[in-house]
Amino acid sequence: MALANVLQSESVDFSNYGRKCRGFSSSLYETELGLESVGGDNLSFAVRTACSDGDGPERKIQFLHGTTTLAFKFQHGVIVAVDSRATAGAYIASQTVKKVIEINPYLLGTMAGGAADCSFWERLLARQCRVYELRNKERISVAAASKLLANMVYQYKGMGLSMGTMVCGWDKTGPGLYYVDSEGNRVCGDLFAVGSGSMYAYGIVDSGLKQKDLTVEEACDLGCRAIYQATYRDAYSGGQVNLYHVHSEGWNRVSQSDVLMLHQQYQAEKA
Amino acid sequence: AIMFTQVYGDNGKMKEYHYTGPVEHRFSPYSFNGGTVLAVAGEDFAIVASDTRLSEGYSIHSRDSPKCYKLTNTTVIGCSGFHGDCLTLTKIIDARLKMYKHSNNKSMTSGAIAAMLSTILYGRRFFPYYVYNIIGGLDEEGKGAVYSFDPVGSYQRDTYKAGGSASAMLQPLLDNQIGFKNMEGVQHLPLNQEKAVQLVKDVFISAAERDVYTGDALRICIVTKEGIKEETVPLRKD
Repeated sequence: MALANVLQSESVDFSNYGRKCRGFSSSLYETELGLESVGGDNLSFAVRTACSDGDGPERKIQFLHGTTTLAFKFQHGVIVAVDSRATAGAYIASQTVKKVIEINPYLLGTMAGGAADCSFWERLLARQCRVYELRNKERISVAAASKLLANMVYQYKGMGLSMGTMVCGWDKTGPGLYYVDSEGNRVCGDLFAVGSGSMYAYGIVDSGLKQKDLTVEEACDLGCRAIYQATYRDAYSGGQVNLYHVHSEGWNRVSQSDVLMLHQQYQAEKA
Repeated sequence: AIMFTQVYGDNGKMKEYHYTGPVEHRFSPYSFNGGTVLAVAGEDFAIVASDTRLSEGYSIHSRDSPKCYKLTNTTVIGCSGFHGDCLTLTKIIDARLKMYKHSNNKSMTSGAIAAMLSTILYGRRFFPYYVYNIIGGLDEEGKGAVYSFDPVGSYQRDTYKAGGSASAMLQPLLDNQIGFKNMEGVQHLPLNQEKAVQLVKDVFISAAERDVYTGDALRICIVTKEGIKEETVPLRKD
């Protein structure tokens, strides 16, 4: 069967599966991006998918991160918007997770994938950026910061780290936005949405960005709306929408809105 | 006559209760010892509570094995999951606290302990401590603080959190009673200490009703600037 081939298994079976042992670590923590449940798991922004292990001639289906994070560049900088839900299997472990990590006053990192992986490596990145500043007497560029992160996690490629992050900031060359993940990808771009709700978010942002020259307020509303729509349709995203704006002076936290409140607000606007 | 019991296995397929053929046994370094932990932060106090049952499979090893451990005068940690890792982890935390005290001539604050625990847990990212931790204590301003962790070190500060085997049962109740979620037209009254303690007792009594791994007794540690007070309340022993 076509689907079974892509998923690399004889039969698609939605049971708990074990990652082939790396030591004894198989049955407990999240795997690449799926999750095993042994009475509760690591906090994760990952969604469990059915797939067996092993390499094969065909490419495996790309796993999903159970979250929605997005960032886009516009005339006045970068808008970063994220949801705040963390799941452990089907249990919502928290609705108030901070998925934007403040690396330093002019650099932000977003979190998708394994919560501990993202927060640990981005905290380490903050330390490396500070060391760079002390050694070179100038701020680190977004390109360099994202490269540091990408190189750090590349050493652990294949060992089960799960991290999909966007490094956003403003440096000498203007607004900067890079997507970095634990597979080793590092891409520069104007717009990224990461996570299981990313498709819904892309829909909103792509249509909103068509009209050029957004004001700061319009851009913030667009980011907020995109995350809200993603939480509406994606079961693994929800909680609150945290919105940040990065400009030439650094970043500032624009708002934190509960999705329930946003829903009532948008419903009222429709009427 | 022989009773033939069929049980549903993890994968949803029926599993036969009687031995049917060769089975491969793997040594597992982990085991699940049950237990539930809960922490609540108030204006000037914090409560860390845990049941005292230690189980494994269908057996109870002990009815008096509390899962709250005192770290400093202002911080208590609750650890549930695999008891072996809980013990080792608390030993490591105690050692690190001592080292900090000797180097810096002061006790670690709750926030610092939380940050340190995160890195200790992540240090074992590829062979994790199978422990669900919740730290409760007072922050530097004297306000109640709760920090909840996952087994590999992701953490955040909360107002209340339940962890362990009955966490999925307790957390929604706390969301409603302390977080006032899904309630309309109610005043958001701040939690006072007596109400919080009563709520914790009620919530554990409910958990003991429906979770096999929770019961026997409840140990409550109340952290205030005066110190740490302990209280033990009996629970269902069945």
